[in-house]
Amino acid sequence: MSMMNQLLGWVDARFPLSKMWKEHLSEYYAPKNFNFWYFFGSLALLVLVIQIVTGIFLTMSYKPDGELAFGSVEFIMRDVEWGWLIRYMHTTGASAFFAVVYLHMFRAMLYGSYKAPRELIWIFGCLIFLVLMAEAFFGYLLPWGQMSYWGAQVIINLFQAIPFIGPELAVWIRGDFVISDASLNRFFALHVIALPIVLLGLVVAHIIALHEVGSNNPDGIEIKKHKGPDGKPLDGIPFHPYYTVKDIVGVVVFLMVFSLVMFFAPEMGGFFIEHPNFIPADPMKTPEHIAPVWYFTPYYAILAAVPAIGGSAFPGVAAMGAAVVILFFLPWLDRQPVKSIRYRGLCYKVLLFGFVANFIMLGYLGAVPPTPVKTLLAQIGTVYYFGFFFALWFLPMFEKTKPVPERVTS
Amino acid sequence: MSTEGVDKGRRRFLTAATTAVGAVGAGFAIAPFVISWQPSARAQAAGAPVEVDISRMQPGQMVTVEWRGQPIWVVRRTEQNMNELERVEDGLQDPQSNVPQQPEYAKNRFRAREQNPEYVVLVGICTHLGCSPTYRPDIGAADLGGSNWRGGFFCPCHGSRFDLSGRVYANLPAPTNLVVPPYHYLSETVILVGEDGGAA
Repeated sequence: MSMMNQLLGWVDARFPLSKMWKEHLSEYYAPKNFNFWYFFGSLALLVLVIQIVTGIFLTMSYKPDGELAFGSVEFIMRDVEWGWLIRYMHTTGASAFFAVVYLHMFRAMLYGSYKAPRELIWIFGCLIFLVLMAEAFFGYLLPWGQMSYWGAQVIINLFQAIPFIGPELAVWIRGDFVISDASLNRFFALHVIALPIVLLGLVVAHIIALHEVGSNNPDGIEIKKHKGPDGKPLDGIPFHPYYTVKDIVGVVVFLMVFSLVMFFAPEMGGFFIEHPNFIPADPMKTPEHIAPVWYFTPYYAILAAVPAIGGSAFPGVAAMGAAVVILFFLPWLDRQPVKSIRYRGLCYKVLLFGFVANFIMLGYLGAVPPTPVKTLLAQIGTVYYFGFFFALWFLPMFEKTKPVPERVTS
Repeated sequence: MSTEGVDKGRRRFLTAATTAVGAVGAGFAIAPFVISWQPSARAQAAGAPVEVDISRMQPGQMVTVEWRGQPIWVVRRTEQNMNELERVEDGLQDPQSNVPQQPEYAKNRFRAREQNPEYVVLVGICTHLGCSPTYRPDIGAADLGGSNWRGGFFCPCHGSRFDLSGRVYANLPAPTNLVVPPYHYLSETVILVGEDGGAA
């Protein structure tokens, strides 16, 4: 044992190992009243690890070549030992990533976790979300199936709608006049190297910012305001072992659900892997109905809801971009100092749950072929989506909040 | 460290000047990476404009060439065809070609350059789902509605119909007119498909 201590001492004199362990785990004091919603941060980290590990192994058999890509994925599925498992882990992981991140973001909205002094945590989080979307989009092209191909074609054509520079920009992104081998190769490079590095950096920044100011909690109050004589927050408990153990329970339950999907419904009826993607990419033949994977459909619905103006699809593209960008401004749009939904007025509760229902509705509308009624619904949904953020600005003028407690409630 | 006698203005100027020069250098260093994303020489060659010789085309004849992996139709319409184009306009989705599916110089009834309205150049891909329609100039074709059919293109996949200017008939699966690619005349008898030729 003393040998181990000596070794630790030797390392600590050269690298702040014990210091980091204490700062981020054994002496990081988190509020003692975390609930169900606080599982999703650590689960997102778990999924990130799953994606990196399975991704590394997939690249060992995958060929980023217009002629070979589709076949190499089928090769992984049929001929590589356990290849099907590694691939399904990666595809299920992609959907799980978004499910977990959406729930994680919803938690922030429930308890006002984006409000001062946590605005930067939220902004890093939004950047993670943005990079994740790019990562998922680039990754979806790689199997080089029909939906890979035409989905990418449609999305890259969106850039074409940007006034003046659009057409040149689209050619520059594709590296060709249509989606081709050149596009596949660069998307592969971005998917396996460039974006994962950015993602990891952002995750580190997200956690460092969190540990600097401390976690929010379901009561939305600062535990650092009440410290004991030892200088530790009275309502805080060390992250390790208390929350590491709690999170392991979350991990076990999550992995059960994950495995159920992975083993029994990896395609999820066409929602996780769309059916046309089992047909090789064919530039001469468009699939019957092009829709993105489920996690993009709310934004796709917003894109389709905004009518073309003067024959240009740019307004829709701009609206879709704005729908993501507006998230960054949430800490300043929501001016209510009361953080947690527990002490906010009924109007916020109605507004927020309406937002969730609306988001799910948009998700549905983005996945099905449009009809006049559905387009109208998507337009109403788009107005609500943006209206929500502006309503937050005006809410404090008449919102009746409840008194916020000094100490966390159990 | 003593900072006595330091000329702060001079230090600031030198720091700023060094930073500016460094930034320019960094900009130049980034350029090759950004430019490397442009289509390669091979992709450009594959996407180069194609010439079509129309000197031997008879009225009513269609020729098909390939440009950027797409079929390109050049149709020389007969005098009767040209007259029919006005007659069918009531049944069309977008007779004025308001949706920008063509260069500005082809936004007319003939969807062709004014110097030579007989010849129409179209991308032969249905705007619905990318099938390739068939050329059906036979007026009054029995399988296409008899005397109502004034000649045009018919998509066998989902039944979309277009007139001989590639304008889509209303209430059919295809939402917009066929695309007119950029083109111009190199001479009286040679069309270059893929370039506007400056004077758009």
